[in-house]
Amino acid sequence: MAAIRRYFRSPAAVIGLVLLLIVIGMAISAGWLYPRDPLALAGRPLIWPFSNPRFLLGTDNSGRDIAAQIFYGARISLLIGGAATAIAIAIGIMIGAFAGYYGGWIDNVLMRVTEAFQTLPNFVLLLVLVAVFGSTLTTVTIAVGVVSWPAPARLTRAEFLSLRNREFVQAGRTLGMKDVQLILGEILPNALPPVIVYASVVMAVAILLESALAFLHLSDPNVASWGNLIGLGRDVLRVQWYVSAIPGLAILFTVLAVSLVGQGLNDALNPRLKAR
Amino acid sequence: MTDIAILTLDQLSVRLPAGADRSHAVSGASLSVAANEILCVVGESGSGKSIMANAVMRLLPGGVDIDGGRVMFEGRDLASASAAEMRKVRGAGIAMVFQEPMTALNPLRSIGDQIGEMFAIHNNLSKKDIRARVLALLDDVRIADPKAAAQAYPHELSGGQRQRAMIAMALALDPRLLIADEPTTALDVTTQAQILTLIRELQSRKKTAVLFITHDFGVVAEIADRVAVMQHGVIVEQGTTSAVLNNPQHPYTRELIAAVPPLTAPPPRLLSDDIILTIDNVSKTYRTGGFLGRGARVTEAVKAVSLKLPRGATLGIVGESGSGKSTLARCIIRLIDPDAGSILLDGADWARMPKEDVRRQTRHMQMVFQDPFGSLNPRRKAEELVAQGPIIHGTPRDQALAEARELFALVGLDPAAGDRYPHEFSGGQRQRIGLARALALHPDVLVADEAVSALDVSVQAQVLKLLADLRERLGLSIIFITHDLRVAAQICDLVAVMKNGEVVEHGLAGEVFGNPQHPYTRALLASIPGGDFAREHSLA
Repeated sequence: MAAIRRYFRSPAAVIGLVLLLIVIGMAISAGWLYPRDPLALAGRPLIWPFSNPRFLLGTDNSGRDIAAQIFYGARISLLIGGAATAIAIAIGIMIGAFAGYYGGWIDNVLMRVTEAFQTLPNFVLLLVLVAVFGSTLTTVTIAVGVVSWPAPARLTRAEFLSLRNREFVQAGRTLGMKDVQLILGEILPNALPPVIVYASVVMAVAILLESALAFLHLSDPNVASWGNLIGLGRDVLRVQWYVSAIPGLAILFTVLAVSLVGQGLNDALNPRLKAR
Repeated sequence: MTDIAILTLDQLSVRLPAGADRSHAVSGASLSVAANEILCVVGESGSGKSIMANAVMRLLPGGVDIDGGRVMFEGRDLASASAAEMRKVRGAGIAMVFQEPMTALNPLRSIGDQIGEMFAIHNNLSKKDIRARVLALLDDVRIADPKAAAQAYPHELSGGQRQRAMIAMALALDPRLLIADEPTTALDVTTQAQILTLIRELQSRKKTAVLFITHDFGVVAEIADRVAVMQHGVIVEQGTTSAVLNNPQHPYTRELIAAVPPLTAPPPRLLSDDIILTIDNVSKTYRTGGFLGRGARVTEAVKAVSLKLPRGATLGIVGESGSGKSTLARCIIRLIDPDAGSILLDGADWARMPKEDVRRQTRHMQMVFQDPFGSLNPRRKAEELVAQGPIIHGTPRDQALAEARELFALVGLDPAAGDRYPHEFSGGQRQRIGLARALALHPDVLVADEAVSALDVSVQAQVLKLLADLRERLGLSIIFITHDLRVAAQICDLVAVMKNGEVVEHGLAGEVFGNPQHPYTRALLASIPGGDFAREHSLA
């Protein structure tokens, strides 16, 4: 496919993909490299990185292996990033497609709801949801997804608005297609590329939102996540800064990887934009 | 016409970037334009005629370069002139008029401002002098109220007025050469006739040399002193207009001239007494803006139109843009709901049918769209596009695909090409796919909305021939919407002329074209560029 060839022509996109594959590799190999529970006590607390070969990245303030938590944390970040993005994009496409396709009062109602969500800061809304529904991994993931759908909804609506009056859609209508067939079969495949690209932004933000929540000790404390580790390191930040810095770097590289892949996808799917 | 040459192209070659369909957009083109002469460059889309014009102005897109030959203008070679020299030549020495005046004008500045800018850039004139000159120019191009036009913004003028303003701007500094790139293609036929007269008149008054790019032999017959015919970037034939039109030497020129639709209708066919479609008093009114009816704009797009289509006949609906012909077509097929009237097909009233019934009945009436690029979903394979309709109406997928391949053969496409995507086909081939898609449902009535208007003349002739052929073989009844009377004359048995939403005249094609009754029909027929040529041509 031409799009795949275009993707691999950009060095930044390839670097992003490699970084993302490393993170995925960490998530997959965590159980195999660190068979023990990453949240179990492993040794003396606050061992500096590279000073003890048993704990390559040192230990945190309770004596848990930081390297093990980083590897298991990759699972959590990818899980939350992936699942929350899927939820946000699914809600966004559904609402955007209906609003854009039908227009009129349906569009008005759905867009006012979207704006109501957009005027509230994401993070405040997320705090409210977590405060009400508790902070298990599932609720946090769903909550992150639920606060992230307005932007993809607006994007999908804009695409539908411009596509619904195109002649090929009218042609579909004269062939006797039902609205659902027109929306899913004719318009959506053509509206999808920008939404897919935007999904990478949603995913990066979702990972950051979970970390921010964990930093405030409001995420699920029973899983090894990077955000939890940063929150834990906050107490010893001035001396043993590495407890927060190492998961911080992990988040930085993951978000960077996702953004680079998104940018690469954008250039690969919309080649004309890049030529300018 | 023995004046000295203003512009001489000497073996000009323009290279295309690697991976284009050919290595050079223009190869070894030589021609010259003398003062007080109009040279028409004719060719189909992709022949390199526009690139050649842009190469003279050195306004080529990135990756496209002049790689050989000379462009001699006033003793200088523009092909090697510096950017600063070119800036002085553009506008003052050579001016250009483009196809689409709406996109060539800045929408945020008044017409007077934009014309005045020409003087501000190239001359040092006071504001008062500039204003006086602008008004004089607008008067020159016969704009009705120059003062009002100078203050107007582009969207406030009609297409014809905008093109006049563009011409005023181009002629502001009395250039020696005017390059006009399809300046009348986007205009209605009556406006086109006025603009052509204007260019001809200004040209002879100011003794300007004109390089006129067009695809239309009618326009050539109307305006040109000499003609150059281009094919695949090569000038295949050059000569005086009468020599080229009446005695073409090159086979490609002969082919192009043969493809020009003659203006007289073919001998009338016997029409059936059985009326398949009756359009009775159909109206559609658009209301826009306004709150609770205040300040609303009401547009009567279609006003009480009544027409009858006999079984197996072709009814042409002709008119200029805004005449309501496309709205009427969309009402007939119920893409738009008409406000009043009835549309009877086999006893069923399509105008009042519930949406769900329209969806089920739609196989009886199908549409072919204008835009061969926009009317096919770019993400579906050709055979899928054709098979879609029957699949929706319950034909098993394998059978529908097999039928699609048969239809490919019927419309003159390679059945093996079915697994390609629309962008891999040419414009004419795509229109054939659109036709196959409509035919897949075995409709009784086919509505073709400007179905050949976006195609080159030679392709247009092929598609029209195919339509006429299918009409015979499948017993189709066709409603054919077009703005081009020459096309209508060729294929239609009956013609209805629309103006401002109303049918002003309708009847047998031969009668409407041969003996028009309504003044508007006469005006339309008189405006066809190269009308005399088309009539003579049809006798030959």
